[in-house]
Amino acid sequence: MGRIVGGIGLSHVPSVGPVVDRGRTQEPAWKPLFDAYVPVREWLAELKPDVAIVVYNDHGADFTFDKYPTFALGVAERYAIGDEGFGTRPLPQVQGDIELSTHLAEALVYEHEFDLTLCQELAVEHGFLVPMNLCFPHRESGWPVRAIPLQVNVIQHPLPTARRCYRLGNAIREAVSAYPGDARVVVMGTGGMSHQLQGKRFGFMNEKFDQWFLDQLERDPEKLAGITHQEIMEQAGAEAVELIMWLTMRGALAPDARRVHRHYYAPMTTGMGLITFQG
Amino acid sequence: MLRPIPDTTIFDLRLARRGQRLNRLCASLCKPENREAFKRDEDAYMARYGLSEAEKALIRRRDFQGLIEAGTNIYFLLKIGSVTGTGLYKMGAQMRGESYEQFLASRNIRGAT
Repeated sequence: MGRIVGGIGLSHVPSVGPVVDRGRTQEPAWKPLFDAYVPVREWLAELKPDVAIVVYNDHGADFTFDKYPTFALGVAERYAIGDEGFGTRPLPQVQGDIELSTHLAEALVYEHEFDLTLCQELAVEHGFLVPMNLCFPHRESGWPVRAIPLQVNVIQHPLPTARRCYRLGNAIREAVSAYPGDARVVVMGTGGMSHQLQGKRFGFMNEKFDQWFLDQLERDPEKLAGITHQEIMEQAGAEAVELIMWLTMRGALAPDARRVHRHYYAPMTTGMGLITFQG
Repeated sequence: MLRPIPDTTIFDLRLARRGQRLNRLCASLCKPENREAFKRDEDAYMARYGLSEAEKALIRRRDFQGLIEAGTNIYFLLKIGSVTGTGLYKMGAQMRGESYEQFLASRNIRGAT
């Protein structure tokens, strides 16, 4: 039987990638971020997940505006490392879970009426890989968990609403519970928190909003799911709208799930948040 | 429906339509051989994507805010940054109308790059 054992909300700031690849994680400017993940990795070692469902967005590595899906689920045996314009990072391919992916696709489309785009070829990039780097450090031979990418359109409006993302999480919870195979699953909601990367407002952050969002995510996600894209973008920057993906993670956990870790660090242009929930 | 936000460009379907050629060019830069071709002959590369003269001029001038307003998605624009040696923070400083040093001075922990 499938079971969601944990949920993680976390930012996927691209500069983390090269910091990991070049062994700079203990530099003073980066250490506070990486230190926050030490207890998270200890917790994950106890949870022993088999699979991570990573809710993320592509940044023009493998999806373009010629055709842009609202929700796209990976249904492949493995996922290549994408080149998003800066070269391909030296990381092992990501092992998928074709059985669970297929079950999710069928359950989400038939039972829960989410009309997903299904991807048999998908290259993953920083939106997916930075969270994996932080939570599941790889070895040369591979990653310690299988992973399933779930790509969400958070960059070309109209985007799915926050509530739709939350409901997708609810559906994932039910679908995983109905899985006949054995799988301990962690769901990761990635992106955000406050940031804006264009215009005169480039570099805008709002810690007060970010802390409020974390509070609400913890205590009243159903109410938080009513937040509009307009409110997020006005208060936290246009690119902060990625935060709707954290609601998919939260929706996959019980409403009264216990919060385990929480951290916030905003050194440059992005409020980097971290929150975990016990399944 | 979305309402305008000061000093902010919202990448919606109308803007995406306007920037479709620019975004196609950017997306092509995810291949190393295309990055090399762009660096070798920028004008020839732009010609392949059918850009208008105004769009080409924005790239030649490295006018990043102009490119955003012409419909280039920020994450796609970063690929032009990569081939022109302009990182995100340098682009950002230009968009804010600041020098790179001025921009860095406005950050909490400037070493986190």
